[in-house]
Amino acid sequence: MGIAIELEAVGKRFARAGDAGGDYVALDGFTLNVREGEFFCLLGPTGCGKSTVLHLVAGFEQPSAGRLHVFGAAVDKPDADRGVVFQTEQALFPWLTVEENVAFGLTMRGVAPAGRAAILDRNLDLVGLVKHRKKFPRELSGGMKQRVQIARALANDPRILLMDEPFGALDAQTRRRMQEEVARIWAATGKTVIFITHDIGEAIWLADRIGVMTRGPAAHLKEIVDVDLPRPRHAMTQAYVELYNRLNATIHAEAEAMLND
Amino acid sequence: MIEGATETVVAARLTGPRWRPGRRLAIYALLAIVTLLLWQAVSALTLPIFFPPPSEVAAAFRKTLLDGTLLEHVGVSYLRILAGWTIGCAIAVPLGLLAGRSALTRMLVEPYIEFFRYIPPIAFIGLFLIWFGLGEMSKVLLIVYTALFVMFVNTLAGALAVEPEKIRAAQCLGATRRQIFTHVVVPATVPYIVTGLRLALGNAFMTVIAAELVAAQSGVGHLIWSARLFAQTDYVFVGIITLGLMGFVANWVLRQVLGRVAYRYAIQL
Repeated sequence: MGIAIELEAVGKRFARAGDAGGDYVALDGFTLNVREGEFFCLLGPTGCGKSTVLHLVAGFEQPSAGRLHVFGAAVDKPDADRGVVFQTEQALFPWLTVEENVAFGLTMRGVAPAGRAAILDRNLDLVGLVKHRKKFPRELSGGMKQRVQIARALANDPRILLMDEPFGALDAQTRRRMQEEVARIWAATGKTVIFITHDIGEAIWLADRIGVMTRGPAAHLKEIVDVDLPRPRHAMTQAYVELYNRLNATIHAEAEAMLND
Repeated sequence: MIEGATETVVAARLTGPRWRPGRRLAIYALLAIVTLLLWQAVSALTLPIFFPPPSEVAAAFRKTLLDGTLLEHVGVSYLRILAGWTIGCAIAVPLGLLAGRSALTRMLVEPYIEFFRYIPPIAFIGLFLIWFGLGEMSKVLLIVYTALFVMFVNTLAGALAVEPEKIRAAQCLGATRRQIFTHVVVPATVPYIVTGLRLALGNAFMTVIAAELVAAQSGVGHLIWSARLFAQTDYVFVGIITLGLMGFVANWVLRQVLGRVAYRYAIQL
């Protein structure tokens, strides 16, 4: 399988508000190759720059150093080939119904209404929102809103799906169910996924590989862990627990070090 | 397939607590009677020339209504408001949207707005009369001025409040810059625009009356002012009550029009 996303020694600096202390270095020497069709989870303590990585890959921000290629081409702006699911429901368009939200990309890209209908039906069905297609986002629960976001991103049939802590704001039960949904959707669509989370369990449930980040500033990948567990992963097996403890120890060490910085 | 049925669906509630329609009507009728009785009682304490009783005002109302003068004044005032408000809003909305998205436009426009918004339109009545004459032009332009600022400030606030996630979502869904403006920024600003429209309408009422008080041959403001000159307090009352009714009707019409988009944009009317 080929390489879908390639980050080579990527750095990102942000100009600080005011003039105190120069730039803030969010990422430094961040190197990662994500394979085509892979489910990659980026795990790290809060504020470590996980989202910055995702914003760079999405094209919302440009790297200050290093090389960032997606399917061999440098990334310089957002593109319909890289769908994004945001953590916040603010990313939905509240004045559009569920189906209008999902069809947004198709409409913008000038897909004819006749062609839209089938894609719309398929994606609404994929996330289980067919019954709610005429509702507005404010009439939906948090979990359903995130499903709208997923369907909206998938409707464009992007090769890459970038998910930025999409279930961070959901309650535990809903989050668990959404994880199963995402695992199922990923298996059904074969997209390359980068999934940001600070939830170790979530990463193990979903990922082929987990990249653990160092604490910020100047964050980079501390280690990459293969998740060699059979799918579907519904049970807390011995292997799950061992992997959990190992990742937990790594992240805990980073978090401790952050407090002492 | 997991259904959404077990998840709590939050029903959209766009209205606060309300009384049942039948009861509301009864209460309003009661309020009207109480108001009339109070009015009658107060007018009994003094002379009609200071505070005419409801019966005299009703008679004056009837007279102006029958000879057609009242409706003429109402029509003239309404037309001035409508013209000025429409033009003012039509200028301010695109300008506000543009300023919200373009730092350059905002930089150029904002100082003027910040300076002029604190100068009440009434301060300009004299100047506008000198510049644009005693005819319709001066009054309409004064209302344009009035509507412009409220509308601009509201639209700008709305355009600036568009969440960056919405813009980014649109970008990675394949929207062009132009599409982001028309399909994200504009609709996201609609609730602010609606607020601006209503505020501007209220302000337009104030301005038109002020302008008509000072210099006009017609309009409700003129009716009030000329009645005052002849100490016809009952006609002053007619003018004031007419104004209240006019505002009520204008607001009702606006609500009917906005009602079509209210649910989609979650606007509370």
